[in-house]
Order: sequence, then structure tokens, then C-alpha cells
Amino acid sequence: MNRAFAQKRKTMNQMRKQEALCGYLFALPWLIGLFTFTLYPIFSSLFYSFTNYNFSSTFKWIGLTNYIVLFTKDKMIPLSAYNTLYFAIFSVPLNMCVGILIAVMMNQKICGIRILRTIYYLPNVVSIVAVSMLWYFIFQSNGVLNRLLGAIKIQGPNWLSDPAWAKNALILMNCWNAGGSMVIYLAGLQGIPRSYYEAAEVDGAGALRKFFSITLPLLSPSIFYNLIIGIIGALQTFSTALVMTDGGPVNSTTFYVLTLYRRAFEDMRMGYASAMAWVLMVITLLLTLVVFWIGNKKVYYEQ
Amino acid sequence: MNRHMARRIQRGLGRGLIFLILVAGAFVFLFPFLWMLSTSLKTPQEIVATQTVWIPAHPQWKNYAKALGYFPFVRYLMNTLFLVSMNVVGTLFSSALVGYSFARLRWPGREIWFKVLLATMMLPSTVTMVPQFILFKKFGWLNTYLPLIVPAFTGGATNIFMLRQFFRTIPVSLSECARLDGCSEFRIFWQIVLPLCMPALATVAIFSFMFTWNDFMGPLLYINDKMAYTLSYGLRTFQLQSDSKWHLTMAASVVVAIPSLVLFFCCQKYFIEGIALTGLKE
Repeated sequence: MNRAFAQKRKTMNQMRKQEALCGYLFALPWLIGLFTFTLYPIFSSLFYSFTNYNFSSTFKWIGLTNYIVLFTKDKMIPLSAYNTLYFAIFSVPLNMCVGILIAVMMNQKICGIRILRTIYYLPNVVSIVAVSMLWYFIFQSNGVLNRLLGAIKIQGPNWLSDPAWAKNALILMNCWNAGGSMVIYLAGLQGIPRSYYEAAEVDGAGALRKFFSITLPLLSPSIFYNLIIGIIGALQTFSTALVMTDGGPVNSTTFYVLTLYRRAFEDMRMGYASAMAWVLMVITLLLTLVVFWIGNKKVYYEQ
Repeated sequence: MNRHMARRIQRGLGRGLIFLILVAGAFVFLFPFLWMLSTSLKTPQEIVATQTVWIPAHPQWKNYAKALGYFPFVRYLMNTLFLVSMNVVGTLFSSALVGYSFARLRWPGREIWFKVLLATMMLPSTVTMVPQFILFKKFGWLNTYLPLIVPAFTGGATNIFMLRQFFRTIPVSLSECARLDGCSEFRIFWQIVLPLCMPALATVAIFSFMFTWNDFMGPLLYINDKMAYTLSYGLRTFQLQSDSKWHLTMAASVVVAIPSLVLFFCCQKYFIEGIALTGLKE
């Protein structure tokens, strides 16, 4: 009896070990990728950020010089940081409001909801180059946007060639992608039980009251998720600016990552660009932590 | 009775109003695409005319033939299809394996690595852009397709996460039985679990297709040879060459956009479920 039990235990142990081995083997592709394509490059670039590496075989340790130049000397840094901040501050909340608004309206029993949802999401599936070309055309001074504005007697600005308007043009264009977050809000909304609204109606709550007392709190996990994704995304913007305006006019759309791109791939200053990438990573991380910290207080998770 | 009726009418009116707003909004969202299509069928005169031409009088279908002759279209299409197929295969195989490992196999350290996986989902690609470039340069992979293919074979955090969530919904009893019958872990994965996960796999395949088809950063950083461009990246040549030939530029953009749009229309169920799934973490 005892022996049989020991035998069984032994085979159990063996099975456990085998399972663990399989687990590692199955996860191996990702583990290899994690170390070679993510962790190793990131940490080796921390090393390069303290050197004047520019692909030549002779490079030397220059200590904090890159970071000192970055924070005090490089004139493009404060400018591109301002542009990025401006973009993030206006674009993220605007996108959230549009996304929530559409999602709330969409969350009813209306016919044709699927086709509407598809249409709103559509801008997110098209190549960034095609989208940028399209909006570049729309934003021309005699383009269709200004023609439409002209029809209601508004003199439209030179969207992309006026330094005061270029960033706003990109923010407006980014609104067009609100369907991406809308889908996540909609999924969140559909998880809110109807009975809550019915109970509120019995108590005589109006539409606004219902929105602020039920919808918003119960939607807060989705809002929170989109906020983090939105902030990270806004800090990274550069492809549209690169294709549409090439950072111009007068550097008004030179975002932080665009400067990073230029330092790395036009000036070949890889050590300096590594420092820039690390600064961006640390800022992103800190911002995410702050949002998490606020979120833990404000986000309502249903038990 | 009367009050009840009034309330129902009020609600009906409210719903009708919301529907109208939604339809109007959908038109606004759709408008840039319609404008792209309309422009692609215009003559150059119609484009610059002071009186806005909304719908071209005689659709210029020959714009498309001209646009495709403007850049090595077939070559770019072949390049793109090659990259897309490699990426779809690589991503599907690796993310399924890894996702299965995280969902169903118990191994020491799994929870910690899972947290690492979630953390890398948040890691912006612009942060790794320079470090990865330095690495691929050392490998001698610049101006080859390797940087655009090999990483796909290591899975991709979002896809792994999505499949892991799906694998967890498959009853354990099925694989437990097979395991007691002495079935190898790989066979359980391949023959029992995977066939039950076709919808999730389809979602990953679609995402991977879209990502590769539309990818901008990859070709921008790693492909210098013009003949090796992908279709959507190759569109940039229009911007540099034919600044005022808007009808051709828009025609080429339509051609690049159509596969994504059609794929999305056909598979939107998978798409939207997948997005919602990654958005709602446990």
C-alpha cells in the first residue's frame, strides 16, 4: 500500500517536472526574443548613452556629457518637449471625450449598430502613410476642409504651413482615430447591468444624473486603460509628423521622438540618441506610475 | 396611461435623435475616405477648380493604371506579401506556443515572467528603436528583411496575452484526460487545444497581417533599397515625386488602403472582440 503510494507520488513528481520543462520549452521563443530583442538592446543602450558611439569602432566613455547636453545645451529638446506636451495635453482628453461620447450614444438598442461601429473604427486600420497623404491633401490651403469652412463663411487657416496651426491640424487629425478607444469604451459599457439604470429611473434620475453617477464610475477602468495608452501614444507621436510636415513649419511639429530620430539616423549620434531614448523611457514610466497612483484612488472596480 | 405614453414617445424621440447624430457622425468619419475615392477619379482640372467638384463628372479609371505605373507596384506588392506571410506564420506559431505555456502549463517563475510580459506590452516601440537598430547593425542585418521577420517568431506580447486569455477559457478536463492517456504536451496543444481556438487564432492572424501591411517604422529604419520597399511604405515616393498630382497619389492610397478596409469589414467581429479582450485585463 505504502509502496504503491510512494510510486504514485514519484510519477506525480515526474509529471510535474516534465510539465515544468515543457512550460519552459513552450515559452522559449518569447524568452529568447525578450532577451535578444528587448532587454539586451535596452541595457546595452544605457551603456552607449555614456559614450560618443556613432558606429565607428573607436568610441569612448564620456560620462554624463550626453545627458548634460540633452538637458542644458540642445536647443531642439525644450522645443520638441513643448510640442509633444502641447500635443498630448490637447489630443488625449479630446480623443477620450469623442470616444466616450460616441460609445455612450452607441450603447443602445439601435438598428445598424454594427455597421456604425465599423465605420467609426475604420480610420484605425489604414496605413499611416496613406492616412497622412490623405490628410495632407485635406489640409491644403485650398483643400476640402477650407472649402467646407468657406461654405459657412469661415476663412480657414493655412493648416500645415502656418506654425501656429500645424500642431492643431495634427490634433484634429488624431481625433479621427477616436474609434479605436470607442471600441474599448463600448465593451466596458456593455458590461454595466441594465438593472442599475432601471433602478435609477425608478428613483427619478435624469439622463445626466445617470451618466455621471452610474456610467462614468463603472466605465472608469476602461477610461483608465485608455488614458495610459493615450498618454504613452501621444508621447511617441512622430510618424505622421515625419510624413506630413517633416517637423515643420519652423519646427512647430518637431516632436521629441522626431528629434530622437534625427539625432540617431540623420546625425548618427547613437550615444546621444540612446540617452534620449532612456530619458523618454523614464518619463513614460514615471507618468504611467503617477496615472496608476491616481487611478488606484479614483478607479472604481466592481467586486 | 397618458403619462406612460408620453414617456414612451419621449424616449422614442430621444433614440431617433441619437441615431441621427450617430449617422451624421459616421458620415463625418467616412468623409475623408470618400474624398480620397472621389479625388482618385478626378481630372487634375477638377481638383483645382474653384467650384468644388464633389463627384467627378466622368470617373477617370485610368488614373489607377497611371498611378500603379508610377512606382514598381507589382514588386512592392510581392515584397509586402512575402513579409506578411512570414509575419503571420511566425506570430501565430510562437504566440500560440507561449500563450499556451502561460495559460495551461505550470512552471516555476511563470507568474513573474507573466508580469514581465505585461510590462513589455506597455513598452513603446520608439524607446527600443535606437537600441534595436544598433543590435541589428551588429548582426549585419541592415537592408535585409531579417529585422522585419525574425522578431515575429518570438511572439509579440499583445498576441501572447490575447491567446493566453482565450486558452484559459478551454476546459482543462479535455487536456487532463489526454495527458493521463500518455499524450505528449505538444500533441495536446496541437491536436486538442488549438483546433478549439480558431477564432482567437484568426484574430491574431488578422492583427499580424494589418500590422505588417501597414508597418511604417520597420521599412523606414531597415530598408534602404528602393526595390525592397513595402507597398504602404512605397507610397511615400509619391509625396516626393508628384507633389501636385493629387489624383494619382489618392488613387495609389486607395489601392494601399483597400485590402485593410476589406479585411476589416469581413472580419470585424474577430477584430473588435480582440481589441476589447486586450483592453479588459483581469
